[in-house]
Amino acid sequence: MSSSLDARLVVERTSHATRSGFRLDLELRAAPGEVIALLGPNGAGKSTALRALAGLLPLTDGHLRLDGVTLEDPGTSVHTPAEERPVGVVFQDYLLFPHLSALDNVAFGPRCRGLGRRASREAALPWLKRMGLAEHAQARPGALSGGQAQRVALARALAVHPRLLLLDEPLAALDARTRLDVRAQLRRHLREFEAVAVLVTHDPLDAMVLADRLVVIEDGREVQSGTPAEIARHPRTDYIARLVGLNLYQGTATGHTVTLPDGGPVLTTTEDLTGPAFVAFPPAAVTLHRTRPDSSARNVWQLEVAGLDLHGDQVRVDLTGPLPMAADLTPAAAAELDLAPGSLVWAAVKATQTHAYPA
Amino acid sequence: MTPARPAHRRAPFALLLPALLGLAFLVLPLVGLLIRAPWSDLPAQLTSPEVWEALRLSLVCATAATALSLVLGVPLAWLLARTEFPGRRLVRALVTLPLVLPPVVGGVALLLLLGRNGIAGRWLDSAFGITLPFHTSGVVLAEAFVAMPFLVISVEGALRAADPRYEEAAATLGASRLTAFRRVTLPLIAPGIAAGSVLAWARALGEFGATITFAGNFPGQTQTMPLAVYLAMESDPEAAIALSLVLLAVSITVLAGLRGRWMSGP
Repeated sequence: MSSSLDARLVVERTSHATRSGFRLDLELRAAPGEVIALLGPNGAGKSTALRALAGLLPLTDGHLRLDGVTLEDPGTSVHTPAEERPVGVVFQDYLLFPHLSALDNVAFGPRCRGLGRRASREAALPWLKRMGLAEHAQARPGALSGGQAQRVALARALAVHPRLLLLDEPLAALDARTRLDVRAQLRRHLREFEAVAVLVTHDPLDAMVLADRLVVIEDGREVQSGTPAEIARHPRTDYIARLVGLNLYQGTATGHTVTLPDGGPVLTTTEDLTGPAFVAFPPAAVTLHRTRPDSSARNVWQLEVAGLDLHGDQVRVDLTGPLPMAADLTPAAAAELDLAPGSLVWAAVKATQTHAYPA
Repeated sequence: MTPARPAHRRAPFALLLPALLGLAFLVLPLVGLLIRAPWSDLPAQLTSPEVWEALRLSLVCATAATALSLVLGVPLAWLLARTEFPGRRLVRALVTLPLVLPPVVGGVALLLLLGRNGIAGRWLDSAFGITLPFHTSGVVLAEAFVAMPFLVISVEGALRAADPRYEEAAATLGASRLTAFRRVTLPLIAPGIAAGSVLAWARALGEFGATITFAGNFPGQTQTMPLAVYLAMESDPEAAIALSLVLLAVSITVLAGLRGRWMSGP
């Protein structure tokens, strides 16, 4: 794998007020086109990592290379300032310049990179069009809805053709309904983005939907990284088991069913959707049976136990087969079912326990 | 049941009486000015060349002093609000010192530095032939010395209230610190700069002590309105009242403009 992003971010901070220190020490590697999510609780160092990548916070140690170019290396005193990095940032509350129109916000980057007033606006307009915001080009940020402001912020970050796109809690400022739409749109734009994207979130669902790879951090350190499915089925800590407790699948929806690709299994959901869709359900929603259950659950598959892990008072069972998933059950239930790696079980999920939404 | 609003309750006499006395104390002198004004002679008084000369000089010098305060004061405010350096608190205290310093002392200090025999003034005189005291440029300097702190304090407050992360956002888009200041920070703090400018301009317009000490009192050269009023009180009180009315009118206009600015500001 040729790395486009190759970083070891070490940032040390001592707070004089609390006399406590914080140390971030995080390695990040990503190939072009990859979307990485930094996931973790508040104060884990996610935002610190993002600010360090952007050049807004100097590294204490480590290095940052992008496309083979060293942007920062405290060992050799290399520090490229933020304004000279090929990096675009979507800030948590967007930070759109309130005195400039949406178009001039997007044109700000091209203008700083040497284009004249007209040329920079001409460069900015296609980005607004791509976000479906051409008719809002003259609107001030104050007149835009949360979702529109988010897209202007994304257009503004992309208009400088960054080789690294950073998104800080891109969906946190949106209400629940807007969030679903914007998440689906953001996912499409991230798929089209050809360079590396790193997003910071504390919401596991956002991370799993948007990212190819998750990096879970706690207290400034990586505790686990991998694809969303890997982490959901093999959480390394109790915290991650609780955090990434989600089975997530992508398929095509027709009415109340979602068909997984390549003739995969069909899931029944309560939502009525058409087109590309996600289906998600928590591991606790899965019930396991030795024989085929005779219940109302229409989502029933025979799966093979690949592994068992005890997390707190729950056993997380890793299941493989037509629909790989994670299931949580009590140790007593696991003993009763006599589960062991290799044993075959029936897994059932009620439609009411699933949640489907457009991809 | 809704609780009684404070306005519905009677104000205690012990507070009401001094409050009304205070109000009268502030307003009555101005009313006296209006009552004693020689309204019939006013047109003749105000069209005399001396009055126009003093008014023109006052407006020109106050505007120039405000411009000087803007050019030097806005960057100074930025330095105080946006950078960390040792002794920043001391610098901030020094900047605000002219606010509390008697203006006459400021005038004396300016003379000692920039006077013909002053520390820097001697050198300016011999090297460039520049003489600042007792010259119109001296009026501008004296007024700027007294007025600039108002602007610096006002702009620094606006900068502290403005979110510095906008400057970070500008940096990630490729803006140098100067570009970010010019294209993002300045427009954001424009209301604060406007309010500070008006305050500084009004203060400069009324400046007396530092001006008369440093620049003297030469009609047409350094005699601004406050100086003319003071001089006229000795010889021609009616002219002094007329001049005072002009300054009062200018002040009320400024106040009205300032309130509008503050109310429409973000």
